[in-house]
Amino acid sequence: MTGSQKTTGPENSLWAVTVATLRKDIRLEWRSKDALNSMLFFSLLVVVIFVFSFDPLAEESRHIVGGLVWVAFLFAAVVALNQTWARELRNQVLDAYRVSPAPANALFLAKALGNFIFVSVLEALMTPLFVIFYNLRVLGPAWQLIPIAGLGTWALVVNGTFFAAMSLRTRSREIMLPLLLFPISIPAVLGMVAGTTAVLTGDNPAHFYIVLLLTYDVVFTTACLALFETILHAE
Amino acid sequence: MVSAFTWLSLDEDVKLKPVNRQREFRIGVVPIPGSQLVGILPLIVTETTATPITVSNVIKQFGRFAALRGVTAEFDAGRFHAILGDNGAGKTTLLRALAGLAHPTSGEISIFGKSPNAACRDLGYMAHPSLLYDEMSGMENLRYFAGLYGIAGDGRCAEVIRAVGLDPELTRGVGQYSQGMRQRMSLARAILQDPKVLLLDEPFSNVDVHSAREMVGLLKGMRDAGKTVFVVTHQALLLDGVADEFVWMQAGQIVDRTATAARASSREELQ
Repeated sequence: MTGSQKTTGPENSLWAVTVATLRKDIRLEWRSKDALNSMLFFSLLVVVIFVFSFDPLAEESRHIVGGLVWVAFLFAAVVALNQTWARELRNQVLDAYRVSPAPANALFLAKALGNFIFVSVLEALMTPLFVIFYNLRVLGPAWQLIPIAGLGTWALVVNGTFFAAMSLRTRSREIMLPLLLFPISIPAVLGMVAGTTAVLTGDNPAHFYIVLLLTYDVVFTTACLALFETILHAE
Repeated sequence: MVSAFTWLSLDEDVKLKPVNRQREFRIGVVPIPGSQLVGILPLIVTETTATPITVSNVIKQFGRFAALRGVTAEFDAGRFHAILGDNGAGKTTLLRALAGLAHPTSGEISIFGKSPNAACRDLGYMAHPSLLYDEMSGMENLRYFAGLYGIAGDGRCAEVIRAVGLDPELTRGVGQYSQGMRQRMSLARAILQDPKVLLLDEPFSNVDVHSAREMVGLLKGMRDAGKTVFVVTHQALLLDGVADEFVWMQAGQIVDRTATAARASSREELQ
């Protein structure tokens, strides 16, 4: 028995509830800044540590930074993803959503969009630091970094939001999330890293990786939307 | 002669569908002795209270532990049901099953002829935790939850906040409220969509006697307005004279249903 029989009207339609939940999440994050502060601290740590571990001015750094950037964002995103659902568990607020007639997918979409915004903010803040510290100059078409970043970030957050919800009721959910998320994100991470490196070095075209990321996003977004209601109402 | 009566029931509403206070048109059919004919008594219009909530042989297992062990009960609409019992008796599990939050391992629950999930608009649920975001004010919380039920505007939110004796203008986060205020705000969230059935889990816990009595008065008013109220509580005497029945649970089963808290309390003492 799931909420599939629940009735929704125009006022609590998928879009209306998604927007309301997204606004609520942004408001809560703005007040607590839990996720953003943790992500920023973690990413800064990665930037600083790797600056000391190899010569950032060397030509080889251009081949490494693509991976470095995404490793920093991937691990930082996990922090945000755990926070997303943690605030729904406090005071069992999630139960209030479960007993309401609001569509389950609205909650998932709002959480995924919220995480996308938080990780994008992190990327916007950290990218100038990466450029400065690693002396980056883009040799390929720079505009391709935008779809790679957008699609790659969505790939991380859509799966991350789903698996974070799945591991909600497990005892060690902080450990469970990376265990579930990282293996399934390998195709997307490969696409992000290889695509970013291709643009930075200008050696290869990045079109293939953009299409790969787009396909990955479509497939996993559809799968997550199809399965989320079961996850939400699982005990 | 009474046993010779046969009642034919022609309901105004859909037949056999449990609805609250349905109107029945009854025809008394009396066999005439010594013949194959029957006499028909004049049409009688009555108003009866049908059973809106039925729990049929519900078993709920968590692993090997059975929290509910074949609970079967019918609860009338428009009445105040107090659910009592020791810790681990299955009270909260029964309430969560009625709310659609705990799916029975076997058995069925029907609320106005629908599954709890399908009847979610008719259910107001208040849990032991507040089910509220600590960082947001009461009004902000209710505004969000109102959106989930498609209730537009702040009018209804302000109305229910006032109904539970709080100020809608309070700007501090719910996390900074006293326990009593949080319980009231939690009740306000539960009644936000004006549900037909209220499912309240220990609403008076950690609340001072004065506030608890005020909450009881509020719930009594809701019952009088036709709502069906379920309250899981350890404070049975608080509901004496208010609750219509006391449902006593033990080891995952309903073991007694009494009209007064005194009987239930004496039974509790004997246990």
